[in-house]
Amino acid sequence: MPPETTAASAQDVIHNIGYRPYTGPRLGRGYARRALWSQSLRGAYGLGRSAKSKVLPMTLLAVMCAPAAIIVAVAITTKMNDLPVEYTRYAILLQAVIGLYLASQAPQAVSRDLRFRTIPLYFSRPIERVDYVLAKYAALASALFLLTAAPLLILYVGALLAKLGFAAQTKAFAQGLVSVALLSLLFAGLGLVVAALTPRRGFGVAAVIAVLTISFGAVSTVQGIAYARDNTDVIGWLGLFSPITLVDGVQTAFLDATSSFPGGNGPGTGAGLVYLLVVLALIAGSYALLMRRYRKAGL
Amino acid sequence: MTVIATENLGKRYPKVTALDRLSVDIAPGVTGLVGANGAGKSTLIKILLGLSPATEGRARVLGLDVATEGAAIRERVGYMPEHDCLPPDVSATEFVVHMARMSGLPLSAARERTADTLRHVGLYEERYRPMGGYSTGMKQRVKLAQALVHDPRLVLLDEPTNGLDPVGRDEMLALIRRVHTDFGISVLVTSHLLGELERTCDHVVVIDGGRLLRSSATSDFTQATGSLAVEVTDTDAHPDGTAALGAALTAAGLAVRAAGGAGGAASAGGEAVTGGGHVLLVDLAGDETYDVVRDAVAGLGLGLVRMEQRRHRIAEVFRTGADSTGADSSVNHGSAQERGTTHAA
Repeated sequence: MPPETTAASAQDVIHNIGYRPYTGPRLGRGYARRALWSQSLRGAYGLGRSAKSKVLPMTLLAVMCAPAAIIVAVAITTKMNDLPVEYTRYAILLQAVIGLYLASQAPQAVSRDLRFRTIPLYFSRPIERVDYVLAKYAALASALFLLTAAPLLILYVGALLAKLGFAAQTKAFAQGLVSVALLSLLFAGLGLVVAALTPRRGFGVAAVIAVLTISFGAVSTVQGIAYARDNTDVIGWLGLFSPITLVDGVQTAFLDATSSFPGGNGPGTGAGLVYLLVVLALIAGSYALLMRRYRKAGL
Repeated sequence: MTVIATENLGKRYPKVTALDRLSVDIAPGVTGLVGANGAGKSTLIKILLGLSPATEGRARVLGLDVATEGAAIRERVGYMPEHDCLPPDVSATEFVVHMARMSGLPLSAARERTADTLRHVGLYEERYRPMGGYSTGMKQRVKLAQALVHDPRLVLLDEPTNGLDPVGRDEMLALIRRVHTDFGISVLVTSHLLGELERTCDHVVVIDGGRLLRSSATSDFTQATGSLAVEVTDTDAHPDGTAALGAALTAAGLAVRAAGGAGGAASAGGEAVTGGGHVLLVDLAGDETYDVVRDAVAGLGLGLVRMEQRRHRIAEVFRTGADSTGADSSVNHGSAQERGTTHAA
């Protein structure tokens, strides 16, 4: 049969042979970006994935919240006048849990698409590189925020139940939220950049853990030495070299937090500004590096 | 109406010219894009999707300019990559739903279209299982489904039959044919296997080294060369039946020659097995030629072994096209009028 007749008759009868054309709305880039964000956020807690992949993130969320619940229970039963832990201090104390969560979920957010070469399927659609990077970044930051803000919420609700001062508690809670929001953005950015370097998930996990622990280990060791030698000025500046001490520095300077640096020698307002600038630069730098990473990852 | 139109399209990298002033118009239907590895097929697809800017020339897809309206093009076009692109730990349904949403379909519509599309490509109960356990054939179907799920006007299929066994290959080709005939979606399919395109495509574009070698309807590639191959038996009355028939047909006013030696291009294909010496090639003047041959054979009392139309195969045309360095001249077969397409100047 000559091709022409086939083509021509197909045009006529197309509606009668089972295939239904799609005539509904096409919601475009913005919608696709939000859909990718929500899918990635759910994925960061194993929702919509296998039962096995829910275990770790859910366990870590529980571990994150358990101390807060215990603190609240103790505070209520013993009728304390103040919570034994500051809102801003909580994330610093449990930084290992946050690090573990980041190490497990950052590679899962980006490595899979790289490893299984799904990226070209995204970029052949209305969604663009900037949408993909923003959606993934926002999803992991949101997931980290959930992880770090949930225990603060428990503390806050507990504090109100224990009839602690409403105004003071609300202010401290708000400061805590700002602090963990900044921490989430910073950690998500660093985690994604490190994870996106390799399509291998295992390497990604190891690399994220290495970056967090080695930098913190080095900074706190040197800070310890400086403290032992009474070199307190240096302690404040050393905090610039690891993510968690950066957050500590910013919240000490601006959010009424007590520094966890040796001897409580956190940066003052002037040095705090430098801390804040470094944090913002790291967030922007992570975004720029991710955009760069995906420039070549297309078709 | 054209689905793809390129005009002096070029893509140069510092050291390589991936596309060299390619001008081609592609009409609705199934179009094959043929070329060896590195001929510029993938580069062309990237440019058509608006993902890589051309260094010269222009291209329009579905009437939209690739340089400025890439997003609109990608909303209306589906793409099936050559390589594996499926995460093994999710099911086909979940994956295709997600990809439909990435194309902008609302969740409920995405679910409905996914179920429809997976059924159309022939995936049933297995669509709920993780894709890691799928056969290559099933994976190719999922890849096709994700390219079709948003009901595009055009799909770009990059080597869809790669890695399939002969049966899977046939099924995939039939499916591609249906994408156009049943779904009304135009198809651009790349392949380096010409035989496949012969059966599947309405139109074939051959590129090599980034340049257009030929663009014409498949029927042109495989058109009847206007000759009839006739093979007869010998009898006692005519010890050399072939020669006797040749004489009789010449007397009846037909141009006759022996197959083999002389007819270089015409004797390609499976002729080696048939013993060229006993086959006569008769120029086909019209339908009455068949009658003349039949009558001549019957009149001589010979046994007619076979009588068939001789066709060019795509492979043959491709070979001669590739051989001629002046590629532009090989494009002048009269096919423009047939499908409303034009060729490179």
